[in-house]
Amino acid sequence: MYLLWDSWCGVCFQKLANIDLQHTICTFLLYIYIFYITIMTSTIDDSDKEKALSVSVDLNNDTSLLIDIPDALCERDKVKFTVHTKTTLSSFQKPDFSVPRQHEDFIWLHDALVETEDYAGLIIPPAPPKPDFESPREKMHKLGEGEATMTKEEYTKMKQELEAEYLAVFKKTVQVHEVFLQRLSSHPVLSKDRNFQIFLEYDQDLSVRRKNAKETFGSFFKNMVKSADEVIISGIKEVDDFFEQEKTFLLDYSSKIKDSTARAEKMTRSHKNIADDYIHISSTLSSVSVDDNTALKKHFEKLSDLFEKLRKVEGRVASDQELKLTELLRYYMRDIQAAKDLLYRRARTLADYENSNKALGKARLKSKDVAAAEEQQQQCLQRFNKLSESGKRELTSFKGRRVVAFRKNLIEMAELEIKHAKNNMSLLQDCIELFKSS
Amino acid sequence: MKMATSSERSPPPFPEDLEPEPDEVGDQDSDDGEDIFLGTDNPLEIKMDPSLSVSDITSSTKPLSEASSPPVMDLLSEPASEASSAPMVDLLMEPASEGSSAPMVDILSEPASEASSAPMVDLLMEPASEGSSAPMVDLLMEPASEASSAPMMNLLMEPASEASSAPMMNLLMEPASDDLKEPPKPDIDPLADIINDTPLSEGKTPVAAMPQEPPSDLFDDEPSELFAEPRQSNTAKQQQTSIFDEPDEDLFSEPLGEASKKPQNDFFKEALAPVAKASNVCGPLSDNYNEHPTDIFTEEAITTLPSAVSTVSVNSKTNGVHSDEEEPDIFAEATVELSLDSPRNDRKKKEAAKPSASASAPAPSVSASASKPQPKTLEEVQYITLEEEVEDKFELNISITNPEKVGDGMNAYMAYKVSTQTTLPMFRSKTFTVRRRFSDFLGLYEKLSDKHTLNGYIVPPPPEKSIMGMTKVKVGKEDNSSAEFVERRRAALERYLQRVVFHPSLLQDPDVREFLERDDMPRAHNTQALSGAGFLKMINRATDSLSKMTIKMNESDVWFEEKLQEVEAEDQQLRKLHIMVDSLVGHRKELSVNTGGFAKSVAMLGSSEDNTALSRALSQLAEVEDKMEQLHQEQAASDSFCFAELLADYIRLLGSVRASFDQRMKTWQRWQDAQNMLQKKRETEAKLLWANKPDKLQQAKDDITEWEAKVTQYERDFDRVSATVRKEVLRFEKEKARDFKKQIIKYLESLLQSQQQLIKYWEAFLPEAKAIA
Repeated sequence: MYLLWDSWCGVCFQKLANIDLQHTICTFLLYIYIFYITIMTSTIDDSDKEKALSVSVDLNNDTSLLIDIPDALCERDKVKFTVHTKTTLSSFQKPDFSVPRQHEDFIWLHDALVETEDYAGLIIPPAPPKPDFESPREKMHKLGEGEATMTKEEYTKMKQELEAEYLAVFKKTVQVHEVFLQRLSSHPVLSKDRNFQIFLEYDQDLSVRRKNAKETFGSFFKNMVKSADEVIISGIKEVDDFFEQEKTFLLDYSSKIKDSTARAEKMTRSHKNIADDYIHISSTLSSVSVDDNTALKKHFEKLSDLFEKLRKVEGRVASDQELKLTELLRYYMRDIQAAKDLLYRRARTLADYENSNKALGKARLKSKDVAAAEEQQQQCLQRFNKLSESGKRELTSFKGRRVVAFRKNLIEMAELEIKHAKNNMSLLQDCIELFKSS
Repeated sequence: MKMATSSERSPPPFPEDLEPEPDEVGDQDSDDGEDIFLGTDNPLEIKMDPSLSVSDITSSTKPLSEASSPPVMDLLSEPASEASSAPMVDLLMEPASEGSSAPMVDILSEPASEASSAPMVDLLMEPASEGSSAPMVDLLMEPASEASSAPMMNLLMEPASEASSAPMMNLLMEPASDDLKEPPKPDIDPLADIINDTPLSEGKTPVAAMPQEPPSDLFDDEPSELFAEPRQSNTAKQQQTSIFDEPDEDLFSEPLGEASKKPQNDFFKEALAPVAKASNVCGPLSDNYNEHPTDIFTEEAITTLPSAVSTVSVNSKTNGVHSDEEEPDIFAEATVELSLDSPRNDRKKKEAAKPSASASAPAPSVSASASKPQPKTLEEVQYITLEEEVEDKFELNISITNPEKVGDGMNAYMAYKVSTQTTLPMFRSKTFTVRRRFSDFLGLYEKLSDKHTLNGYIVPPPPEKSIMGMTKVKVGKEDNSSAEFVERRRAALERYLQRVVFHPSLLQDPDVREFLERDDMPRAHNTQALSGAGFLKMINRATDSLSKMTIKMNESDVWFEEKLQEVEAEDQQLRKLHIMVDSLVGHRKELSVNTGGFAKSVAMLGSSEDNTALSRALSQLAEVEDKMEQLHQEQAASDSFCFAELLADYIRLLGSVRASFDQRMKTWQRWQDAQNMLQKKRETEAKLLWANKPDKLQQAKDDITEWEAKVTQYERDFDRVSATVRKEVLRFEKEKARDFKKQIIKYLESLLQSQQQLIKYWEAFLPEAKAIA
């Protein structure tokens, strides 16, 4: 796994080498290689068939629809993804095809799925977050301003570091988009969705227009209504213990995981700062060694060298923590939101059913439109039951999926931490020995 | 000198009934002999002193010393003024040639300005043959062109100056361009003969005898010409005493001055020392105790000059070609050490060892030039062993423990336990403990710095006052930061004190001993932050830095220039590094805090998690992160203690190093100022001479004498400070290298340890993660 990461980085760096990122940061081309060690694309234990339905796309188990994003192009704010599909399903015209897609297309697909009534009982995979290159770009800008205060070497290193960071952000962006599609493709119901299939197959630009102001306001308003509605329907007595439990759990969990995510982000950021400090220390040490003419010169050189190596490891520790821990938490934060949405939809139908019950009662009282009310009530009940059923299934699978993902990531993180610490240790030991012997 | 002393023996002391002028002539005359090796014989005297019964001589010569010492000073001042501007090669030539010109200068007062100014120097810079003859011409010409009394003195001077310059020329194998000066010729010959003889005859005893004759010839001649004969003997005697008086002064008033003469001088010193010894041995043979010193000198005149010449040729070359700092440097250090010790009589052993070593080595080979390398290496070896001794046998452990808050409120202070463990005999007992407060440490520094910074020593600075940190402690907040502050300060004080006692010279300071031993320390004053004294000090510092900017020193020694630049560059770099490490510490602390926050958050998440295995794993993760928080915090502390503090220490120390460079510059400036003053005085005298105002002339002459003495004094100060600074910087660099290495290893080990811990924690977590099902 680690090697893969290494080689991936290596390739990207090679590709990058010819491009001056400082000026053409927005327009650089990257080939994103398929990379299966990501959080969501974890391979799943063969024993757990059910969990295969989870976030992780098990390529071994289900080869009928394989989706990846082998290629992405970053152009200013827009990222163009090449979505590659390999399928054995007859619903597709060809077994192997690629289409260009933008972030907005993904959002459209997500919204379309959410708005489909039939999928109300499903956890709709959370939409990938908007690509955010602001932070590395801003840092790059700052770096350019502070160029005068740094040595050339230092500047180059800082730039490299930022390039790496930029790359990581870019890679992560591609990854979350890929994961979104993979989750859809692995879902028994959602994978058959028409819109999804169009998304995958239509070889022209989907040219989904961006939401205009009115629509943005509309969705905002809708959210407001939803929140208000949530409050109202929360008063409704839950008929099913499972959902009652699930609701309290999810509400609690979602606030906790939000907090954890924020803190993990902070932690990884400060870890990154330490790696950056090492760069400065290393370069200052090397300039000290240039000036020094005593026996210490050698030592300073060594120390500078050591810090340079340490910062690479430390930087890796930070980025691995980011990838294995923060990203995991971040994803589940969104996924839990999706689960909560499911609960809301179910609660909504429950409320509808209650209302229809009341309406039926009234109709019976008045002996008017009883049949229609009865039918309405039946429909609501049916709908509610259906939702409850699929919801229960979805939530259970969500649970399993979460546990598996956490397990995998925590193991990987622990292993990486150990690996890096061992690297650090041997570097330090070598250096100490050198110092002691001289 | 030779002639002076020998002649002085035969005639009885005469009443001092002569006019001042001949008197001075006489002085000058006798000086001349001495002048030849003026630059060189002073060090010699130092060497001799321990072995000779200095007190005897001084006591016997005391009454006379007053009268005779000024001329000597005058003469000394001459080469001194030259020395500043002239390159190394000249320096060697100067004592000789200058010596000859100096008396002239003094008597005629007119050429004075000339003598010390450039033309003279230029002439001296030319080949030796020219150097010795040309100034002569120069001087002869000037008096000639001069009015009034000059011709007379001119004539008088000629033999004298010739006499002194002649050996020089002879030694240089240059037939003196004596055409100009007829009268001296016959005088020179005997002398020259002697000189030619002595190197060949090699023996001590003949030397002792021989000088007596020709000099008397010379003086028999001279007096007849000089008509100052009776006085001559008298002054000659004075002269002799003055020579001996001089060294005494040297030894006691400024032992360092001699030692810190330019490397070449040190060489001479070494070269001369054995000779002095040898002559010392033969001295008693001549029965006459008074004669004895003269013997030394006469002999010196003969034996040292060749050696001087030979070393000149050798050393000037080596020095010129590859500005070889190391060797002379080691030398300078060694001698400084010695001269430092001798006045205090602290290290009698070493002192005794040194002269004997230098004496015993050259004893078999009388020729100074041959014996020269031997004492050198011996000295070198000795110095090295001395230093090793210091390192090996340095049995003084100081630790500062138990910081304790004394008192309450704003008057509260921290007291530290200063424990000393030592086997050094200078302390009363082997282990002792005292309690000291922070201001005591500052007080110690003030005392040391007042005493030693002036001499160019690098006095280790104590940690800075921190009002912020102390206030927190005073307020009594028992939080993390104040505990850290106290510990940081304790460690810094410990390091400070260790640096002080590790300094061989500072350890000898009574104040240090008092600080370590005395139970009831008087409260240190003037250490209050922003007190009146502190404010004054700040102003002083500001003016210092201002004058630093205004003083432009034309650096004669490249070594200092380069070192200063190095130090300044290093200061810059270390400051930058310190900022970086500080930011690392800050970020590490931030990481620690954030990790702690995350740990708590994960613990909460774990408690919410409904999957028991995952919940358990999450709370395990929280525990791991909790430990990580601790680990990061510890690491931040060792970043700060091992690395940042080290840098802070050295930034402060580099400040002290720069202060010692500044001190050197200040002494240089003082010397220059004195020289300028002397120049002015001489000009005044010349004017007075021109205006023929004999009444004020005496005053002017006195002034000149006074200022010449000052110039000499200041030059010696400068040389001494230069040598000290050089020695101190080298010592500092050595210490620094050791310190850095030690501290960095310690720091890296702390990093290593935290990585090991990290591995341990994660390895313990791994099975927990795997247990999630």
